[in-house]
Amino acid sequence: MNPKWRNRLIVALAAVFLASAIYLPILRRRLKRAARAQTLSEEQARRELLQAALAAPGEPKVKARLFWASSEGESALAPVTIELPLSSDPVLRAKQVLNTLLAGPVDSDLRTLPQDSALLEFYLLPDGTGVADFSEAMGTSLPSGIDSEKLAIDSITRTLEANVPQVRRLKILIHGQEMDTLAGHVDLTGTFLVNPKALPVKLTPAATPGTLSQPSRKP
Amino acid sequence: MNPHREQSARARCFIFGMLPFVKKTASILFIAGVITSAALPAALLSSFQQQAAPQPSGEGPIPGAVQVAPAQAPLGRAALSVAVLDPAHGGTDPGARGGGGIHESDLVLAFAGQIKDALEKQGLRVILTRTGNEDPSFDDRATQANSQRGGIFITLHVGSTGIPGTARVYTLPDNFAGAGAPSARGATGPGSTGTILPWDTAQATFLPLSRKLADAVQGELALQFKGSPNTALTASVRQLRAIAAPAIAIELSSVSVENRAEIDRMGPGVADAVARAVAAFKPVYDAAPGAGVTP
Repeated sequence: MNPKWRNRLIVALAAVFLASAIYLPILRRRLKRAARAQTLSEEQARRELLQAALAAPGEPKVKARLFWASSEGESALAPVTIELPLSSDPVLRAKQVLNTLLAGPVDSDLRTLPQDSALLEFYLLPDGTGVADFSEAMGTSLPSGIDSEKLAIDSITRTLEANVPQVRRLKILIHGQEMDTLAGHVDLTGTFLVNPKALPVKLTPAATPGTLSQPSRKP
Repeated sequence: MNPHREQSARARCFIFGMLPFVKKTASILFIAGVITSAALPAALLSSFQQQAAPQPSGEGPIPGAVQVAPAQAPLGRAALSVAVLDPAHGGTDPGARGGGGIHESDLVLAFAGQIKDALEKQGLRVILTRTGNEDPSFDDRATQANSQRGGIFITLHVGSTGIPGTARVYTLPDNFAGAGAPSARGATGPGSTGTILPWDTAQATFLPLSRKLADAVQGELALQFKGSPNTALTASVRQLRAIAAPAIAIELSSVSVENRAEIDRMGPGVADAVARAVAAFKPVYDAAPGAGVTP
């Protein structure tokens, strides 16, 4: 090859290399941003469909923070902010956020709770103790292990902490029964601390001071 | 000199010569008498109190409480000499299950055997809560641990999740019995309940020592298995709450491997890590003034 053309080729290749070195990171950032925006919009669309049945008409949309598994680290949770029409009633609000958590994120690998599990009922006692009653699948379909069970419990308690400030602590029942463990490891005989500075729960007319130890079941 | 006078002079000399000896003997006898008169009634009283003390009905433990072995009481606890290893699950409960028929209950039994050998080489007595395919209850396993003096408790697990080939160590969190639970309030704080601990929260008083043991084991495991955390974690592990001794849970990842040999390979490393950590923890345990007191 003619040395003149060879030099031109080298210069051209260097220019292409330099341009790609500058442009590729920018392109990567843009792609990441676009993918994230798409995931969020899918998440939002999914929530809107799921919440249609749960949301009371006329409830304003608020930013809810839900905790699923983090895509960046093992055994860690990451908050995802979604606009949801959440009720101002703490029991209904707890049901809404827990059902959204159970529905799971768009990326199913980031689920923390079994797909086939369901929230059967949620109660809130006047002392701020929330009682969440899940279907049997919560115990039987959850991957057994300290790590996975802890992640499941943490995703529930942190989601409640972020969205339902009235819940001080949480008791978990499986199909109406108190169980020894969630799936063989994590203790369900006690309660889990949710929000130590929980706001006082307003008693409904049905919940009189004489029935403080009874669950104040809401429709 | 008159012989009579000489005799009496000799006698006087003898008497005066003996005086210091007599004085010394008298004072020794006096002191001994004082001590005896003070100690005897106390000994008699103590013996009487022992005979008259009410015994728990049925000669068994008080329901809902664990009597800490005298050597584990805040004063005069025995040195670390026993390790209780708990291969989790067993019997009809296989624990976590992998795709290739890998069962957590089988894996942990094999690991327990390897850890037992490593600890026995250090002169510790090792007790396994199960040696075959049976499933003692949580309380049965805790009972085995709580009947030992100078012991530690390690429950072994293999999870379904996590990066394969890594290991995590757990202790109970501070609020493991639930905030405001009456039993938890009774158990927290050394000396608040003497040597009678509520069974369900017996671990509360031992948490500081459990954390030290957990960090020691986790540190050694992190050296053996890359990707493992450097410090121990906390989780409400059911098996730990009734253990009246330093107690930790070790969970390896994971049963999700395709070939069991991949996880079996972790055995010698885990045994070595636990043995090293227990050796490092022993002086900490022995120097601790009493149950639940941070040395």
